[in-house]
Amino acid sequence: MAIAKRLFDAVVVGAGGSGLRAALHLAEAGLKVAVLSKVFPTRSHTVAAQGGVAAALGNSEEDNWHWHMYDTVKGSDYLGDQDAIEFMCRKANEAVYELEHFGMPFDRTPDGRIYQRPFGGHMQEYGRNPVQRACAAADRTGHAMLHTLYQRNVRARTQFFVEWMALDLIRDAEGDVLGVVAMEMESGEVMIFQGRATLLATGGAGRIFASSTNAFINTGDGLGMVARAGLPLQDMEFFQFHPTGVYGAGILITEGVRGEGGYLLNKNGERFMERYAPNAKDLASRDVVSRAMVTEIKEGRGVGKEADHLLLKLDHLGAEVINKRLPGIRDISIKFANVDPIQEPIPVVPTAHYMMGGIPGNYRGQVVAPGVSGAEEVVRGLYAAGECACVSVHGANRLGCNSLLDLLVFGRAAAQQIIEDLQREPHPKPLPGDAADRPLARLARLETQQDGESVAEVGAAMRRVMQAHCGVFRFGDLLEQGVARIKEVAARAAHTGIKDRSKVFNTARVEALELDNLIEVAMATMISAAARTESRGAHTRDDYPDRDDVNWLKHTLCFKDGPRLEFRPVHLKPLTVASFEPKARVY
Amino acid sequence: MRFSIYRYNPETDAKPRMQDYDIALDPIDRMLLDALIRIKAQDDTLSLRRSCREGVCGSDAMNINGKNGLACITKLTELKEPVVIRPLPGLPVIRDLIVDMSQFLKQYHSIKPYLQNDTPPPEQERLQSPQDREELNGLYECILCACCSTACPSFWWNPDKFVGPAGLLQAYRFLADTRDEATNERLDNLEDPYRLFRCHSIMNCVDVCPKGLNPTRAIGKIKELLVKRIV
Repeated sequence: MAIAKRLFDAVVVGAGGSGLRAALHLAEAGLKVAVLSKVFPTRSHTVAAQGGVAAALGNSEEDNWHWHMYDTVKGSDYLGDQDAIEFMCRKANEAVYELEHFGMPFDRTPDGRIYQRPFGGHMQEYGRNPVQRACAAADRTGHAMLHTLYQRNVRARTQFFVEWMALDLIRDAEGDVLGVVAMEMESGEVMIFQGRATLLATGGAGRIFASSTNAFINTGDGLGMVARAGLPLQDMEFFQFHPTGVYGAGILITEGVRGEGGYLLNKNGERFMERYAPNAKDLASRDVVSRAMVTEIKEGRGVGKEADHLLLKLDHLGAEVINKRLPGIRDISIKFANVDPIQEPIPVVPTAHYMMGGIPGNYRGQVVAPGVSGAEEVVRGLYAAGECACVSVHGANRLGCNSLLDLLVFGRAAAQQIIEDLQREPHPKPLPGDAADRPLARLARLETQQDGESVAEVGAAMRRVMQAHCGVFRFGDLLEQGVARIKEVAARAAHTGIKDRSKVFNTARVEALELDNLIEVAMATMISAAARTESRGAHTRDDYPDRDDVNWLKHTLCFKDGPRLEFRPVHLKPLTVASFEPKARVY
Repeated sequence: MRFSIYRYNPETDAKPRMQDYDIALDPIDRMLLDALIRIKAQDDTLSLRRSCREGVCGSDAMNINGKNGLACITKLTELKEPVVIRPLPGLPVIRDLIVDMSQFLKQYHSIKPYLQNDTPPPEQERLQSPQDREELNGLYECILCACCSTACPSFWWNPDKFVGPAGLLQAYRFLADTRDEATNERLDNLEDPYRLFRCHSIMNCVDVCPKGLNPTRAIGKIKELLVKRIV
């Protein structure tokens, strides 16, 4: 079947923070760019980031990027690649100043500089005291950033394809990526976006879990495309559970609440984090705080009828600070928890939040995979940035505010690499004859499937399995069962059926296609988690409670065929400074 | 709980119709969006936009019992039955609750919604006092959901000529920013019988804004700036 085709210099899939930052750089360089997004750009999930973007500006206290780098390496539980971490932390100030110049409405200090607040795991002097490093626009930093980046793209006349869903990558016989096949949601039309470069910026996949802070659109589309194209997914066992999701609703409550002075309480009214992290207390890394919370609940000190959550107290900050610095949090608490935090604590529970793993890449935004030349052969034509990428700057556990920084730094870096690569290779390669076969077959199956199981039911089954078998604390037997059960769910997902057969805005079809991607992510997550017999960062195993640097200081690569695992070494050597050697992690 | 939902599929329906749904809700269903998703699990042909489910992305704006709002932050307990749900008024319907936002976005883009400052920036941030920054509060938080513009009779009559409350709120967001240097061009762009002055302070926009913003006040401030410019 002949389908329409358009050629671009660069095809960017996703219009969140990293996609927009990359698109801006590409458009300003005069390249012909297509940005595809399932939603209008300002609806991307970057919009929901609250607390801040990390950069050692030192606007209120002494700070420098070396300390930030140390915190990030330590936060990653030494699984982060130190070259990439150095790159990100060194570029942070420039990235944030640039955003300010674009018009970002940061809050201000009395002397007019960007306001910064403390955040979990960000410390002075290599781990000594919490430092004000999170550059904030109230508790709506992601919203302010996403809109600012979109606005700047309007100025640059970037070409958007809004409500287009990318379905699959196009790879030729040599393994080079030549673009994507995508579907316009409004018309159902399928088109080839041939790209001399293809950048995946498709965000996270929190929707593999039943309880998640993530938006409905966070379905790991880039990861699904990569897995189906035969490329690996890296470090998928590391999924961050944010300490403070609203109990019952899962909505994020920023760590900025604790940055501004809020703290957690158990049923006895005890500030329990003092026992788990005597120095950083409530501002320890997220993995540390979430484990402490689940331990409190398991040991019977949870609050509520089911004793299954904890309390986040901030009333002592006073109405003025709450209304000025945390207005969105107050709004969310009133709407979703029926409490006004000026008077009462917020009921919270650790909630699936951020995928540290993703599409393996380097700090230039190039996607890499094992090949004839070694473990990190560049996949020509393919780039990744943002949450969908595993660079890896977050390793086994991401620090708060490093995600927005990641989007800015690596969005731009990937775009810069694309500009340079396109100068070297000015001509597009010919498309293979089977370029659109896989996505067309997926669509054809949905067209013809009879008596298929509902997408909603299979999706719910997947989320239940992930929640029950792959949570904050993981158990060997549960993980083994989890692998078997997620394979059963995957088999069911191959036979889903939809009743809606129309072309125009068929959201049932979109959800079925999204489920394909979620299943790839869930499968890789469960299999990688079952294989890693140690505890590191967010991956905590009851049966292997210690970190094992001898056997496991390495990245996991999970391939769809099999599925099978390979591993590659961690980059312990930074670009210019001395390595931070792994040591015990104490907050 | 009983719902009456606007349905229209251009491929199969000659004209729109209302469809009733009776749905058994779960105690965890708190917001209207939870109920709509439960309905969609039973009838996957119902089409709507949704994403963040916490009122920050602006996807699920719709007309709920006659008033525009976001489904994800509209509490079920506060809704009278049957809950009548229609697409946002005044925009072309693509399908069911999904409207064509082009006209709305065209107006947003027409105010040049980006900071304009041709002075080379310093190496660090441009300075702005906390007081000057506070001027942006109540403006920058707009989520472009279109609840306001599609509740505005002036926008219904002249969607091609009147910028509408959302666009004007953003116009003032940049006029109010001490870092922006394009004040005169921005005012020129609005000084027109339609673009700004079709606002008759009906204040539907203020009434429906799910973020509690006040476009009418921002429009008033723009008018003040125009008057000041003449004097």
